[in-house]
Amino acid sequence: MSTSELLDYRPGAGADLLLRRATVLDPVAGIDAVHDIVIRNGEIAELAAPGDGQADGAEVIEAEGLHAFPAFFDPHVHLRTPGQEHKEDVETGARAAAAGGYCGIIAMANTEPPVSTAADVTALREQARGGAVVPTGFLATVTAGMNGEELTEMVDLREAGALGFSDDGLPIRSARVMRRALQYQRLCGGTIALHEEDPELSGGGAMHEGAVSAALGIGGIPSVSESTMIARDAALAGYEEARIHVQHLSAAESVEVVRAAKAAGVQISAEASPHHLCLTDAEVRSLDPHRFKMNPPLREERDRQALIEGLRDGTVECVATDHAPHQPEEKDVPFEQAAFGVTGLETAFAALHTELVLPGTIGLGLLVERMAGGAAPFGIERPSLAPGSEANVALCDLGAEWTVGEEGYESRSENSWCHGRTLTGRVLVTVAAGQVAFRLRSFSLGVAS
Amino acid sequence: MKHLLAIEQLSREEIESILDRAESFAEVGRRDIKKVPTLRGRTVVTLFYESSTRTSSSFELAAKRLSADLISVKAAGSSVEKGESLKDTVATLSAYDPAAIVIRHPYAGAAQMVAGWTEAAVVNAGDGKHEHPSQALLDVYTLRRRLGSLEGKRIWIVGDVLHSRVARSNLIAFQQMGAEVTLCGPPTLIPRGIEQLGCAVTHALDDLGEADVVYALRMQHERMSDSFVPSLREYAATFQVDSRRLNPRQLLMHPGPVNRGVELSGEAIDSPQSLIAEQVASGLVVRMAILYELLAGGERPSAVGDGDAAPAATPIGQPA
Repeated sequence: MSTSELLDYRPGAGADLLLRRATVLDPVAGIDAVHDIVIRNGEIAELAAPGDGQADGAEVIEAEGLHAFPAFFDPHVHLRTPGQEHKEDVETGARAAAAGGYCGIIAMANTEPPVSTAADVTALREQARGGAVVPTGFLATVTAGMNGEELTEMVDLREAGALGFSDDGLPIRSARVMRRALQYQRLCGGTIALHEEDPELSGGGAMHEGAVSAALGIGGIPSVSESTMIARDAALAGYEEARIHVQHLSAAESVEVVRAAKAAGVQISAEASPHHLCLTDAEVRSLDPHRFKMNPPLREERDRQALIEGLRDGTVECVATDHAPHQPEEKDVPFEQAAFGVTGLETAFAALHTELVLPGTIGLGLLVERMAGGAAPFGIERPSLAPGSEANVALCDLGAEWTVGEEGYESRSENSWCHGRTLTGRVLVTVAAGQVAFRLRSFSLGVAS
Repeated sequence: MKHLLAIEQLSREEIESILDRAESFAEVGRRDIKKVPTLRGRTVVTLFYESSTRTSSSFELAAKRLSADLISVKAAGSSVEKGESLKDTVATLSAYDPAAIVIRHPYAGAAQMVAGWTEAAVVNAGDGKHEHPSQALLDVYTLRRRLGSLEGKRIWIVGDVLHSRVARSNLIAFQQMGAEVTLCGPPTLIPRGIEQLGCAVTHALDDLGEADVVYALRMQHERMSDSFVPSLREYAATFQVDSRRLNPRQLLMHPGPVNRGVELSGEAIDSPQSLIAEQVASGLVVRMAILYELLAGGERPSAVGDGDAAPAATPIGQPA
């Protein structure tokens, strides 16, 4: 099903737009040419020859030199609702997503209290219908209140509309509980998304264990704390023929484990975040928790390269931001005391374009494909620019340079790992579920009637 | 030099300049009146979030010997216990317009953050397991007095490197001064990857004889509970530096406080080759030199306030 059918958003009239002479790139649909994109009533009506598209009263956007991609899909964001609305809420999080070119996001359940009951899911969906400019889905926790012991009422939660399950923020320590959840999945469906970390190995750590942590005297989180848990859960998922999604892969060893599990036929998917794809633990030498403290931590260059290779060969099918808003009080403290997490929705595409595409590390087509790769693991149809599709479009200026944070953020929090960086490539307009969800203020629109 | 945050940030010349200054303060210390007026009218704050005897007392005495006004804040019994954040505490203390804040904190990077929040010069008196630059300076000072130069000298740092800020700062400082450093301890207490700092790593005392200087680290009792070592008995049997393992030509150092009979045998501590008492004495003059260097030495940036420029440095040697 498409994003608009499984996810919730503020309903409105379908857009009528003519994106004139846009460079259209949708590698999955096999589209790579300059077209006039005709959007009628929220649907891609036609990819006309450049200059041939008929406005018919639609708003015309002169898109010559601009790129139109299928809008992006982020399967991993934290909207902090309920309980921590001072950091983010459904409305501000969805606005941030729209500014980043997204047409769909999936919110994690580690709120305060965690999303563990059908009533929680129902309330969140209601909020999304009231104010989310981008279709938003919600996961429920695997264990009640994320206690790691008892399963939530997974059938009930699915009926209330939970897209899947995750205790993200915490691993599921117990192999027994993990296995029960995977067994129960046969009854209720819903992908189980996993934050993979063995706290016995990572406990007390605040950054990647390696030469930098040794030099800084900061407790290390070893790569094997992640890869050993993935290995355990891949084995369990294979045994139970269950469907799992591994969140925020960070280590080379983890990529290897996922690759081997896929080769063995396990139903496993994986995501990597822009910060793990662009940065290494060398950044932590700055001791700046605002931009460089997150879990899993930034790792070494070999890990970064392994993640990039995973993107290339499909071991990692999608980019996910793990957008994790925090207020300054939780970050204006020494590194080890600071909260884990950075925001990323507004900068993901621009950062990866700047750091990976422009230097020629990966192709633009691959990036565009992976930016929307997070829908399928949760049973959601990939956004497409093929005629007849619901309009989900990210219109980007790949030459635009901007300094992150200079004009503030759509997110309620400012702990962006890109804060202060100059990026090349910017989202100008986002169409999500057929509606215009975002326009960059400085991008002037030519309106015809 | 605006702050002293990490040994890593100091060049060999900067280290030597501080040590030279300390030498001249040592001369002052031999007089009847051991005080100079250099920092008269200026305020030094010591802000300690962790217990300390040597470091806090020597910084306090150093400030007094330089005639500074001293505010000494300990986390225990202060607003910190009421939940005040480090940032707010620093803002509060900064209202007194201190010339320097000397801070010890249980977490890495605390001093660096404080430097971003105050106009005062900041001295890192220990941040978590990261750095303890004044300790490294006083150790280099102590060694320099004994050896003349550290160039080409072999220094072994033995014990719990993983949890030791002293080990990190000293490793860097010793290397900066031209020494070759070997870290020795059980594999559980040597951080993975530390050899990338250019030191050798070994897990046995077999070759201790090659060392010119043996620097033992404190072994904390709580390490047993975390399975870092099976028992203090086994640790002592394997890694204790004693007179059997030490040869008379070698110098022995320790940052204190010592666990007698654990990392060092009693006789080693009390042997003539032990510099432990000298290290403590060096602590005072080196910390005077650090405060002098930051507050009165060289060109003062006008960061403290334009209208009220720092008083000109008073020549050392004029009792107040």
